[in-house]
Amino acid sequence: MLRLEKRPSPSRFWQGATPILAVVLTMIAGGLMFAALGKNPFEAIRTIFWDPLFHPQFASYSRPQLLVKAGPLILIAIGLSLGFRAGIWNIGAEGQYIMGALFGAGVGLAFYPADLWFIFPLMVIAGAFGGWIWAMIPAILKTKFNTNEILVSLLMVYIAQNFLSSMSLGLLRNPEGGGFPGSRNLSQYPAASNPELIAGTGMHWGVIAAFMAVIAAYILLQRHILGFHIKLAGQAPRAARYAGVNPTGLVLLCMGISGALAGLAGLFEVSGPAGQISIDFNVGYGFTAIIVAFLGRLNPIGILLAGLLMALTYIGGELAQFMLGLPAAAIQAFQGMLLFFLLAVDLLSNYRIRLAHKKEAI
Amino acid sequence: MTRPDLLRVEGVTKAYPGVVANSDVSFAIAEGEIHALLGENGAGKSTLVKMIYGLVKPDSGRMTLRGTAYTPAEPRAARASGVAMVFQHFSLFEALNVAENVALGMENPPPMKELASKIRSVSEEYGLPLDPGRMVGDLSAGERQRVEIVRCLLQDPKLLIMDEPTSVLTPQEVEILFRTLRQLSAEGTAILYISHKLEEIRALCDEATILRRGKVVATCTPRDRSAREMAELMIGATLTPPERAGGTKGATALEVVDLSVASPIPFGTSLKNVSFTVAKGEVLGIAGVAGNGQDELLLALSGEVRAAQGAVKIDGKGVGHTGPNDRRALGLVAAPEERLGHAAAPDMSLVENALLSGALRKGLTKNGFIDWAATEAFAAEIVKDFDVRTPGTHVAARALSGGNLQKFVVGRELSQTPTVIVINQPTWGVDAAAAASIRQAILDRAAGGAAVVVISQDLDELLEIADSFAALNEGRLTTPRPVAGLTIDEIGLMMGGAHGMEVAHHGH
Repeated sequence: MLRLEKRPSPSRFWQGATPILAVVLTMIAGGLMFAALGKNPFEAIRTIFWDPLFHPQFASYSRPQLLVKAGPLILIAIGLSLGFRAGIWNIGAEGQYIMGALFGAGVGLAFYPADLWFIFPLMVIAGAFGGWIWAMIPAILKTKFNTNEILVSLLMVYIAQNFLSSMSLGLLRNPEGGGFPGSRNLSQYPAASNPELIAGTGMHWGVIAAFMAVIAAYILLQRHILGFHIKLAGQAPRAARYAGVNPTGLVLLCMGISGALAGLAGLFEVSGPAGQISIDFNVGYGFTAIIVAFLGRLNPIGILLAGLLMALTYIGGELAQFMLGLPAAAIQAFQGMLLFFLLAVDLLSNYRIRLAHKKEAI
Repeated sequence: MTRPDLLRVEGVTKAYPGVVANSDVSFAIAEGEIHALLGENGAGKSTLVKMIYGLVKPDSGRMTLRGTAYTPAEPRAARASGVAMVFQHFSLFEALNVAENVALGMENPPPMKELASKIRSVSEEYGLPLDPGRMVGDLSAGERQRVEIVRCLLQDPKLLIMDEPTSVLTPQEVEILFRTLRQLSAEGTAILYISHKLEEIRALCDEATILRRGKVVATCTPRDRSAREMAELMIGATLTPPERAGGTKGATALEVVDLSVASPIPFGTSLKNVSFTVAKGEVLGIAGVAGNGQDELLLALSGEVRAAQGAVKIDGKGVGHTGPNDRRALGLVAAPEERLGHAAAPDMSLVENALLSGALRKGLTKNGFIDWAATEAFAAEIVKDFDVRTPGTHVAARALSGGNLQKFVVGRELSQTPTVIVINQPTWGVDAAAAASIRQAILDRAAGGAAVVVISQDLDELLEIADSFAALNEGRLTTPRPVAGLTIDEIGLMMGGAHGMEVAHHGH
């Protein structure tokens, strides 16, 4: 019989090896599933993991999509991971993402059609502020009235979505749009647009912001006392209070950072790849980023890799639907397997598996 | 006195990964005998009784009960054979009443009314009065122990195992307990009594088996031996008691004035009008039965719980409203009782745990950025100075044994050149030699001019190191008195006497 034995200290080897093991296990289990659906498993897995980057025909379209999709996921996930480490559960990044886009786009459109250098920087600030203020609502309700931030931040998403539709139908609607819902296209307004910086790469300011967030979070967690306090509050709340951490301040800080980064992601998306505020502007980055944060085990470098991997499976999944006729549900199941295996094999970093020779009562 | 053997343990061995808890242990308990199992923390007492109670299976060796093979697979089987146990940590539900708690531990509880009258009659018969209808949350530690004992007595045991029963009792309550145990013994119930308190064992027990590092090193009749002889058998070395430098008292360093705070802990005890002063170079010992406000007092002094500004003063400066780091800046360090989760983060390394409370006073950060090299050096210094046994400073705190982590935590606080030291249970779970070195380190800091508050449930420890003595009882602190000249009866009364539990002894 197999038995789990707790390791005295977490294994560094397995902390690094489990994500790779999880990807391998996902490929095996996913391959079996694709085979059961009557598809060639090797072809399906190649289509998901290889073709988006290297297929002679499609790669020129799908390769830039990798950074376009990974950028917001990483930026949001980095913010969320700080809170998750401290045991503060901001589930409402999707709403903060929407509000960041609305605030940022609103500032940009207010200047239309002026051509001033400071418009885009101002939009960036407004975007971060929009996400921050939306996150402050659950944060203050938690610190003042002890409400549950998971529920409040989640419900704020639906309020934000209604704001988004009312804005795209009302205040921010394009006056020259022939009555269609949706704002002016910011990508056609140079002072307020977030263009592709290097053609064919998908690189835009949001991707650069995401990389900067990765580096900043890494330094914060490894080198700064604030990062230490964040980790401490999550692992041992009483020890954190003993160390002098102010729980209220930590809630405001972590919610604020995650809200501001989600707002930034929204602003970069609306002024770049999306181009305009529309009813269906948000596509779930704020929720997927929660998966990315855990897939990267709340570690900045891990989140960078997890964001790229997640983006790859999305693009590859679309490609597999279109090339091989795989059902969308099979792709979602495949992505689910990835998370499932990752969380399952995570056990190995804290436990070792032993063969129990005989039954023993402890 | 040649009574037949009730339980014989022969050549029992039990090993855990990395440690042999019991090695070839043999001893016997006669019917009606009070037998002491004596040894330091980690000597293997707990493993041995867990095997007798069916919680752990021995690797080899055998046990016989009244001459027949005894191999309990689980505690239920042990209870069916007439073996009962009262644990050091009670397993009671505070939100249920006494009778309900007793019923939860029984295989086939009788109807509540019948059970309540049974509890009443058994508890009166043995001089342990209990009201079956009272909520356990409202009972003192001594009364809670009675619930556990009565629960065992209802099963009519042949052998009653008691694990460190007096650690939660006042001296008066200990007297009541001993009378009950003697009565049980006279009626033929054997008692296996686990303790490291030597005077108690001399007063109570007929025979003693002494364990050291998992092996039986001696058996003796406690009445014929001095406490010192037994201590040396237990430790395997001669002990040197801590030395006091004849320090002179200086100016008042810590002043607590009318401190009242609500407990942040569920079923905790609020502090009520606590006042005391500690001078430079003075050690104030605060005694009390567990759960009378010790944790709350530490929190209020460390700054984790805020109070009025003037309620806590360091060097005359009101700091009651400030947090832990403001008080550290003024020289106050605090070591909480609970090591894992409060004084240290279990999954963090010793280096990170050194940073936890040492960041400010040791200057381990610059503009908020952590100087890991200096932090590692600080952790290594603690490990070296306080003889912390660990493979290195990069292991997680939870990997250390309780005693070693205690040395690390106390060492971390004492190594910060403090002017005021607050420690709750400084030597809890630490072996005698390490306990002596921790006490010596505390006395050295006091001799160097630090004001020290030691909160402890170990009276011997307090009497050994304290200059003045006070006791917490239901959140109130008695007026501190000089230790010199205090009698054990006076101390007992300061701790709340028998907590209002009258002695209704049958036939006395």
